[in-house]
Amino acid sequence: MATTAAPAGGARSGAGPEWGGFEENIQGGGSAVIDMENMDDTSGSSFEDMGELHQRLREEEVDADAAAAEEEDGEFLGMKGFKGQLSRQVADQMWQAGKRQASRAFSLYANIDILRPYFDVEPAQVRSRLLESMIPVKMVSFPQKIAGELYGPLMLVFTLVAILLHGMKTSDTIIREGTLMGTAIGTCFGYWLGVSSFIYFLAYLCNAQITMLQMLALLGYGLFGHCIVLFITYNIHLHALFYLFWLLVGGLSTLRMVAVLVSRTVGPTQRLLLCGTLAALHMLFLLYLHFAYHKVVEGILDTLEGPNIPPMQRVPRDIPAALPAARLSATVLNATAKAVAVTLQSH
Amino acid sequence: MAKAAESSGDPGTTTPRPLFAGLSDISISQDIPVEGEITIPMRSQIQEFDSSTLNESVQNTIMRDLKAVGKKFMHVLYPRKSNTLLRDWDLWGPLILCVTLALMLQRSSVDSEKDGGPQFAEVFVIVWFGAVTITLNSKLLGGNISFFQSLCVLGYCILPLTVAMLVCRLVLLAEPGPVNFMVRLFVVIVMFAWSIVASTAFLADSQPPNRKALAIYPVFLFYFVISWMILTFTPQ
Repeated sequence: MATTAAPAGGARSGAGPEWGGFEENIQGGGSAVIDMENMDDTSGSSFEDMGELHQRLREEEVDADAAAAEEEDGEFLGMKGFKGQLSRQVADQMWQAGKRQASRAFSLYANIDILRPYFDVEPAQVRSRLLESMIPVKMVSFPQKIAGELYGPLMLVFTLVAILLHGMKTSDTIIREGTLMGTAIGTCFGYWLGVSSFIYFLAYLCNAQITMLQMLALLGYGLFGHCIVLFITYNIHLHALFYLFWLLVGGLSTLRMVAVLVSRTVGPTQRLLLCGTLAALHMLFLLYLHFAYHKVVEGILDTLEGPNIPPMQRVPRDIPAALPAARLSATVLNATAKAVAVTLQSH
Repeated sequence: MAKAAESSGDPGTTTPRPLFAGLSDISISQDIPVEGEITIPMRSQIQEFDSSTLNESVQNTIMRDLKAVGKKFMHVLYPRKSNTLLRDWDLWGPLILCVTLALMLQRSSVDSEKDGGPQFAEVFVIVWFGAVTITLNSKLLGGNISFFQSLCVLGYCILPLTVAMLVCRLVLLAEPGPVNFMVRLFVVIVMFAWSIVASTAFLADSQPPNRKALAIYPVFLFYFVISWMILTFTPQ
């Protein structure tokens, strides 16, 4: 049940009715909290309950503040003259408004506490969830349970960033190092957050029972397979090995996510759409990660070794200008398609 | 008041109520009038300290601060379970170390076609935002360390890696080769392990006992990234 903040200005029976509207406008619509739905039968965890409890406590606190302010206003009315009373009330109202804004800004910092329940894990739990993310479970008649935590996924994304950086071991990459770091972080976080949001949106269209938090957790743990594959294949540069791991490990983690989604969706078309999209994006991301960074390594090796590229290999990024025959046409070739470049280079 | 009720929460339980107690420290009570002077709710001895050191010479101030920073460097180099770093935290040491590291890592690309500017900014941003992320993570896991204390410890524990950077630059003056690389790899690995041991000695006590591994793992990743930046550095 989604609990939104009931505006504290609702039950206002104070002595300053002409200023009541002023307060309500300042109040706004509640606090800046990401309200997670506590929805389905499988999310029996108390994580969402904790979040709602904190939110309710904070609203009560704001209510108590406002009620105390109202009592003080009432006391002053009988004492001073009208002008003093008016200025006093204006000052107090502005003070209250400023204080409320400041405490709302402060609650943005204290929003850390809203994320706290999602980090409430033990190392043994993280370990078991990592292993389970590689094991597809074939139960599709009942919704499978997804652990709603953010520690594991966040650490996996950071680990993926570290592995991507480690993949660039050759010292010549120092020139590209500045942009690679930002690119690696942007790629991994962009994938995790962006694809989660996109699949959540599709799940909303396909009427699947999954929350945003669960989607983030599911996709985050799905990156464990990516970490393993990239860690191994960045150290052992064999294409056949990479394809084998891509199918095996990547396929297993994709199957696990697909099985979970199928168990939470009704209808064959919806299942196909949702799971097909997720499977395609997940597998293609692993492919992209391997080849995007592998390409840079190959480009450097080409400049070192020359144009000795077997025809079945991948195309280098740039034609080395050291080729005497291609020097004149280097600029032209670099602007045309890569396939043309391979053909011309093999001559 | 609802605040008083929350601040009486038991810090030993897993509910995050004790954190709400911090709110009552900075909230201003209802009966302070709008006009009047604002008093800063800090410890009074800090104000006495400031007023008594206002008239001393700049050299005295700088030497005192440098001595404090140097003392903390010693604590990092010989890590024992003490809380000197935690008690009197300061951010001068981390700033000096971060700027030194960024400057040394930057000079590599001055001669290349790429501008040396982004290199400095990248290192700076990675160090500070990495430290902020680790601090947030350890707080979310239930640690009772303050934000700046954690930043202070993580920044000071970059010292071994800065030393590794200096050693690598000296080693790179010799002729390049696999031996050169092995020496640098060995030095960086040793300093990386030293950094992690030092930061663990300071940070581990602030975590719940069964979650130390969860809090230390991002520290490991953080120093790994910095070590990687140092190891893959070449001056050409």
